[in-house]
Amino acid sequence: MLAAEASHSVSQSAGWFLENAWLIPIIPAVAFALIIFFGKKLPMKGSELGVASMIGSLILALGAAYQWIQRVDGAAGHSAASLMKAGGESSPFVGPVIREWTWWQSGGVEFGIGQHIDGLALTLLVVVAFISSLVQIYSLEYLRGDRRYTHFFAALTLFSAGMLSMVLAPNMVQLILGWEIMGLCSFMLIGHWWEDQANARAALKAFFTVRVGDVGLLVGTGILFFSANAWTQQNLGVSGFNISGLSAWAMSGDASQSALTWGAVALFIACIGKSGQFPLHTWLPDAMAGPTPVSSLLHSSTMVVAGVFLVARVYPVFWEGLEITGTNINFIALIGGITIVIAALLAFVQHDIKKVLAYSTVSQLGYMMLGLGAGAWLPAVFHIFTHAFFKACLFLAAGSVSHSGSHHSFDMKKDMGGLAKKMPLTATTWIVSTLALAGVFPLSGFFSKDEIIDNVGHNGYQAFMIVGLCGAFLTAAYMARATYLTFFGEARGAAAGEHHDEHATGHDDDHADDHGHDVHGHDAHDDHGAHGPHESPKLITIPLVILASLAIVAGLANATPFGSSWERFKKYVEPSPAYVAAESTMASGPGEAITVVGWPSASEGGEGEAKAGCSYETPPVGEVCYFPAVSHAKFKWSKGLLSLGIVAVGLVSSWVFSVQYYTRRNRRLVGLTERSRVLRGGYLFLWNKYYLDVLYEKFIVRAVAYPIARAANWFNQNVIDGVVNASARISRRVAGWVYRNIDQRVVDGAVNTSGAAARGTGGALRPIQSGKVNQYGALLFAAAAIGALVLVIINT
Amino acid sequence: MLTVQFLLLAAILFAIGVYGVLARKNAVMVLMSIELILNAVNLNLIAFANRLQSIDGNTFALYVIAIAAAEVGVGLAMVLLIFRNRRSIALDELSEMKG
Amino acid sequence: MVAADLLVAQNIGFGVIALLMIVGALRVVTVKNVVHAALWLVIVLSGAAAQYLLLSAEFVAVTQVLVYVGAVMVLFLFGTMLTRAKIGAEVDLNNTNWKIAIPVSLVLLGVTSWVLIDGFGDEQLPSPDQAAPVPIQVLSDDIFGPYLLPFWALSFVLLVAVIGAIVLARKD
Repeated sequence: MLAAEASHSVSQSAGWFLENAWLIPIIPAVAFALIIFFGKKLPMKGSELGVASMIGSLILALGAAYQWIQRVDGAAGHSAASLMKAGGESSPFVGPVIREWTWWQSGGVEFGIGQHIDGLALTLLVVVAFISSLVQIYSLEYLRGDRRYTHFFAALTLFSAGMLSMVLAPNMVQLILGWEIMGLCSFMLIGHWWEDQANARAALKAFFTVRVGDVGLLVGTGILFFSANAWTQQNLGVSGFNISGLSAWAMSGDASQSALTWGAVALFIACIGKSGQFPLHTWLPDAMAGPTPVSSLLHSSTMVVAGVFLVARVYPVFWEGLEITGTNINFIALIGGITIVIAALLAFVQHDIKKVLAYSTVSQLGYMMLGLGAGAWLPAVFHIFTHAFFKACLFLAAGSVSHSGSHHSFDMKKDMGGLAKKMPLTATTWIVSTLALAGVFPLSGFFSKDEIIDNVGHNGYQAFMIVGLCGAFLTAAYMARATYLTFFGEARGAAAGEHHDEHATGHDDDHADDHGHDVHGHDAHDDHGAHGPHESPKLITIPLVILASLAIVAGLANATPFGSSWERFKKYVEPSPAYVAAESTMASGPGEAITVVGWPSASEGGEGEAKAGCSYETPPVGEVCYFPAVSHAKFKWSKGLLSLGIVAVGLVSSWVFSVQYYTRRNRRLVGLTERSRVLRGGYLFLWNKYYLDVLYEKFIVRAVAYPIARAANWFNQNVIDGVVNASARISRRVAGWVYRNIDQRVVDGAVNTSGAAARGTGGALRPIQSGKVNQYGALLFAAAAIGALVLVIINT
Repeated sequence: MLTVQFLLLAAILFAIGVYGVLARKNAVMVLMSIELILNAVNLNLIAFANRLQSIDGNTFALYVIAIAAAEVGVGLAMVLLIFRNRRSIALDELSEMKG
Repeated sequence: MVAADLLVAQNIGFGVIALLMIVGALRVVTVKNVVHAALWLVIVLSGAAAQYLLLSAEFVAVTQVLVYVGAVMVLFLFGTMLTRAKIGAEVDLNNTNWKIAIPVSLVLLGVTSWVLIDGFGDEQLPSPDQAAPVPIQVLSDDIFGPYLLPFWALSFVLLVAVIGAIVLARKD
């Protein structure tokens, strides 16, 4: 038990950008509405609004990031001056800038909407805004002349709005809102060319697969809410949806273990779906049916990291629920590890360049999840940061190749090859990004991916460290293969300028299998009709260059090998595990910004690690902490060189193999899978994606959906229709009976009888008016006679 | 002379007149029967005038005679008119009613 | 009875004239010849006049003869002539329902006679020396006195009748 001094905290006003960061998603949302209503009438068909809104968001995000850095620096300076004791890092608690307004209330529960800005949120805000801006600029050229140009930009803008609102969500409800908006936009964008059945099916598959996972999101949110609400209301005055509330509750020691565990498992299931982990990864490669800008924005750098973001956001729940410290295997790490390997293996048998990149994305997401599952929070988040740059660059380069090199084909084996000479800029950016992905020093991937592997091993997950190293080998290998097939070797198909023949037979049969593409008019072809592949226009290549440059230098934001002063990312992004007084973190009014900076008690610890703070001891009464104290591995060049060696081996061996197999047609290699049954079986297993799609579609879906559909149909035809028909028959018979008996007999009878009676009476009385005077006289006198008689009789 | 014998005479004449009105076809014959009736009434009036020694009966009888004369005049004019239009004064042929 | 004895002559006269009248009336309604019927009506009317004399109503009797017998009957005969009634026997002057008339008239007769006999019984008319003939002066005083209004009405009726008859019967 440490001698803890009381920590003290003060409320510092944050800057304008930080307090108004809630504007960041609002700008694209407004732009979306404007594009929908006015886009088609604008000179650039609405794309100018999209690009402008993303650049606006980017400026706000950068401003907020700058002010955050100032804030952390200011707090660190203060604490360094006043509390440096007994060595060790003293990380001041820099509270996130939280503002919340009540959206609506129901049943005593308040649903708020607002912002929760801290280092993690700002990282993602900057990444999303930046990559969205670049992708929108790229799309200006890539989708020129597309049939639904305006709607594309509208959907892209809406996606950005959704993701930005999810990233700065202060509570789970807003997070789910952003999550669902992203899912909707993913569906719309994957199926952008829905005229092709395959694209529509891919969009539906993506949506439904992620939806299966989303059940977990709702269940998990519910579990956590009902378990945490009482504690959070009492201690912090916020509802059980509030993210800081959940973090504090998880770290408080008052939370029930089963609630934490089940909540964590349920939330992670949602992450499995959204971030393409095994077994719900099958939608990501199929999502490549969408246009390349969509693949590079959504399905590589931003949307698919939403699951990783969720785990990182409510990390205390996972930390405590799945007991990340103290074990060497847990659910998240297991899934992450499996995903790394199976996706990497699948990348080897792909013909489609985008599918290689898709499996690579799945594999890298596995790395991020593995990192989070093993307690390496910062490396995983840093990997989100660096991976966004080089993966987006790779996708955009693939788009550039298809746009100008292989005549809209993505098939490496049929239509690419030898493009390095014809498209030097694209090739260079691709190669740079590939090396960054593989983790070559000093590019960015080295600083992020290798840190993950290092920390995984450091935290006790030795087996998974080995998995990570294998994954690094595989990553290097399949990327080398893809690079060789695309840019080197001899030119095949469209890369050799053979696209006219394919034109004659029609596009759709050849290219429709894996991807759809927009139908260019024939006149647009004539520009490059005469000559073969060439470099892409500036609007495409400039984003490539920007991203490739970032892929080179981004790693230096957290260059652990160079010492802790280079670990800027860690300083600004990783939350502090210090305690803070609970009252100081409560809002005094709706919409009011909570901006707390607190200084922890003295920390004592060995090896430069803070062992004080959360997760090692429960916080004192009246104080809460928001983040566990994670440990960081110290960089050793021996470990670094080991992984570099593995990567180099992977690159070289794969390069040599590709040269031998594809170009030289080495007879020992060619036809290997036909000769060896084991290899053939392995190849088929990979080619059929481990038969997972067969399992899902043919067995699970069919077993569940078909009987339900048949039963529903039977019910509809026999029960519902039966009731309707029977009631119709009955009413018709009743009507007939009523008609015959009541209407015809009774009513008509009464009418006819009255008529007959009138006629009869008339007929009977008619002879009186005969017109014969004699008769009148007779009647008169007869009446008189009878009257007289009666009178006489009466009176006597 | 008993009062009643005159009254009875009047009654008989009245009855015969009624019969005549009812039984006769010729319009002129009917008018004649009506004259009989009127005369019967006159006889009644005069008889009572005598019995009661009142002058009113005579006056009334005079009036009846005058009215009867006027009535016969108009009646016969009508008969003439009917005859001119219908060529017949048989009362049962004069009806145009179809019933 | 004393009155019956004293007035034997009147009674006989009454009886004869009454019989004549009744026969005449019967002939009026049964004879087949219109002209004969008119002549029989003359007898009835004359008989009536005689009865008036017996009842001391001389002015009325004279008026009866003058108006009825003199004018009305002539009018009848003219009407008969102008309507081309057959001079001579005519078949079927009775209408179709003549049989009903008999019981009707008989019932009427029966009733009235029974009433009269029951009502008046043996009442006697005043004897001639008690029942002086009606003086004409009194009669005219009565007409132009209490019954002036009916007189005027009567004169109006007569005027209308004359005009009406002319209008109805003119040839155009």
